[in-house]
Amino acid sequence: MPAKPSNFASTGRSRRGEPFVWLTAAGLAIGVLLTVGLLGLVVTKGLESFWPGRIEVWKVDREGTLETVAGYVVQERSRRAMDGSAHEEIQIFRGNGELYGEKFLYVDQAQIQETQQPEDLALIERLEGGLVIGRIQSIQLHDGATVEGTSSDFRKQLTQRIREASDRRDQLEDIEKDRIGRNAKEVKELRLKEKLSGTSPEITARLEALQTEFAQLDEQRTEIRQELEADHLVVESIDGRPLSLPVGELLHVFRPNEVGFFGRIGEMLRRIGSFLISDPREANTEGGVYPAIFGTVVMTLVMSLFVTPFGVIAAIYLREYAKQGPLVRAVRISVNNLAGVPSIVFGVFGLAFFIYFVGGVVDDWFFPTSEEPVFKSGGILWASLTLALLTVPVVIVATEEALAAVPRGVREAALACGASKWQAIQRVVLPASLPGILTGVILAMARGAGEVAPLMLVGVVKSAPDLPIDGTAPFIHAERQFMHLGFHIYDLGFQSPDSEAAKPMVFATTLLLITIVVVMNLSAIIIRNRLRKKYATSSF
Amino acid sequence: MNASSSNDSNSRPSAISVENVDFCYGKSRALKGISLEVTRNEIVAFIGPSGCGKSTLLRCFNRMNDLVPGARVTQGTIHIEGVEIHSPEVDPVELRRRVGMVFQKSNPFPRSIYENVAYGPRLAGTSEKGALDSIVEKALRGAALWDEVKDRLGESAFGLSGGQQQRLCIARTIAVKPEIVLMDEPCSALDPVATAKVEELILELKREFTIVIVTHNMQQATRISDRTAFFYLGELVEFDETGRIFSNPRRQETEDYVTGRFG
Repeated sequence: MPAKPSNFASTGRSRRGEPFVWLTAAGLAIGVLLTVGLLGLVVTKGLESFWPGRIEVWKVDREGTLETVAGYVVQERSRRAMDGSAHEEIQIFRGNGELYGEKFLYVDQAQIQETQQPEDLALIERLEGGLVIGRIQSIQLHDGATVEGTSSDFRKQLTQRIREASDRRDQLEDIEKDRIGRNAKEVKELRLKEKLSGTSPEITARLEALQTEFAQLDEQRTEIRQELEADHLVVESIDGRPLSLPVGELLHVFRPNEVGFFGRIGEMLRRIGSFLISDPREANTEGGVYPAIFGTVVMTLVMSLFVTPFGVIAAIYLREYAKQGPLVRAVRISVNNLAGVPSIVFGVFGLAFFIYFVGGVVDDWFFPTSEEPVFKSGGILWASLTLALLTVPVVIVATEEALAAVPRGVREAALACGASKWQAIQRVVLPASLPGILTGVILAMARGAGEVAPLMLVGVVKSAPDLPIDGTAPFIHAERQFMHLGFHIYDLGFQSPDSEAAKPMVFATTLLLITIVVVMNLSAIIIRNRLRKKYATSSF
Repeated sequence: MNASSSNDSNSRPSAISVENVDFCYGKSRALKGISLEVTRNEIVAFIGPSGCGKSTLLRCFNRMNDLVPGARVTQGTIHIEGVEIHSPEVDPVELRRRVGMVFQKSNPFPRSIYENVAYGPRLAGTSEKGALDSIVEKALRGAALWDEVKDRLGESAFGLSGGQQQRLCIARTIAVKPEIVLMDEPCSALDPVATAKVEELILELKREFTIVIVTHNMQQATRISDRTAFFYLGELVEFDETGRIFSNPRRQETEDYVTGRFG
């Protein structure tokens, strides 16, 4: 029997439209690539800025004179000179600002005679003046004695002295910020009291006591300062010029050319650690970003505290109680559109409403005697409120959707058990929609944490050494200005006096901002998944 | 059995009394001039093709239709235990406490088994642990579920099988101690074994409660109900003892439906 031709042979119809599948796949691929590229760039550049490279020494022939330069290669570039000839150049960071003026230098590759990596070169971090690169010679003590760099326990002594200096600086800070600050505050209050209700023997006595205390503190302060400036580290730069650095200003000494891979990893971790926990220095281009991390996290959390209840309550009314009609529809459309308003507009509103109006009223009522504005100036509270306003549409929309997604059966079951409408919402509907609500809060947090433009109007500053939460009463200072990572990036990249030196910090801070947003989102997602497991509704 | 129970049902007081009720969803009329009487401690089955209004009528008894925008009784009265339920002094929340409801699909709350049953009593103000414990145990025993779940009261209700979930919903309903239990196709999502268990339970519950059950399952109606009402296109076609409806109905439509000629 001859085989019957199959009736199911392809006519090509099944492949119709397949190019569109490729089109959609390509669209996704581009999206994924862009995201991966962005993250990859930020992560590599960010981590690179912490990586301790080797210090190189170049002998450069500059029109006959031989110059020795030590430092790191920052970048390579091609330059076309006036006469049309091409030059390959490298940009070198050589530090030692007080010797050379410029910390960066361009060198023509063709002029380089010789490159070395001597082991004894040290990289010295200090409080002011930027990095120093050179050979450590000795420590000159205040009593005229010298500890030679060749002596066997030199390194141990140096480390010891640096640690002692750090302790002294802490003491100094405690005296200056805390104790003298408290003293001055009390003096101010007493003087005001004197002015308002006349003097009394107690006030005079107290003022005298405070003055004595201040004199003591001042003496201590001067003493510590002198101690900090007493000893000097003598360093010789690569071209033989001496540098004398007060030991009290040193932060860290590292010899990058004598350690191996794991030593470098260790140094990198140390740098990351100090980046995370120390205050900025040198107009933010050095040191850490701790106040900015703190400001960002606190502001985002406070914002969530405001935005969550506000958005959820609004959404409950809108979805559950309001009579659905043209008015509610109009409100809903407006809320959705609010999410698309440029954020700077919210900044302007925050400035006008929260700071000038609400802050003004608060100052008039509660701080009538204060000479400077307390709440009538930018602060973390107003910034959080402004961002809460900015993100409330996100929470409202998400909550409404979550409420609408709660199956009718669950509501009816609650009502059939004799629950009032509010009881049904409170005990059954809200818990069931909690995961959806949290999704909205997560989105709001992600948006709020990355927002910069409105913050610049309502409380973010370049440098705010006093954190909004600290050990001085009343511990929470909602009126204080604060630092923010997003603004910090902008400030480093575009407002810095030395934008070349700030470049690595820009990437490091960007990496950190992304990490913080990811961490905050992840923790919210974990909480949401827990709740989802707890309040999972069956499929009906 | 059916005959005897319906005999003394005439002497028993009325639990639900419906007089000439019209019901509209917006402009469309879902119930037309319905009148019927349910006496205490009997099981009444509502049968009829989809969209005939049987569920609508059931949901009138605990004013569940209040939740549907535009739905309302346009004419007639419904008395439950002698009280007109649409009069302004009736609080629907109080009404629902006395007229419980079990739904087509089991809908336990996303909580523990214990919390599901304790939900109603808690709302009613019982918060003392010992009192709650005994209410929960009694309700679960009443719903023939106690032996199966007594060791895992703290576990999620979603861990139960479909039939157990439905019996949990019944326990949740009777924990509030209603007088009337409304059941809207309680077995339609269950397998035959679970259905048999729930039916057995319904017959048990008859001793304490008045039960109105909507069902699409003719055998179920014959197995458990004392009287059956047949609805068609929003009208009550026939309401009589179950035996009579299924063996010797007065109206042609009823006979056609119960014998499976349409519907």
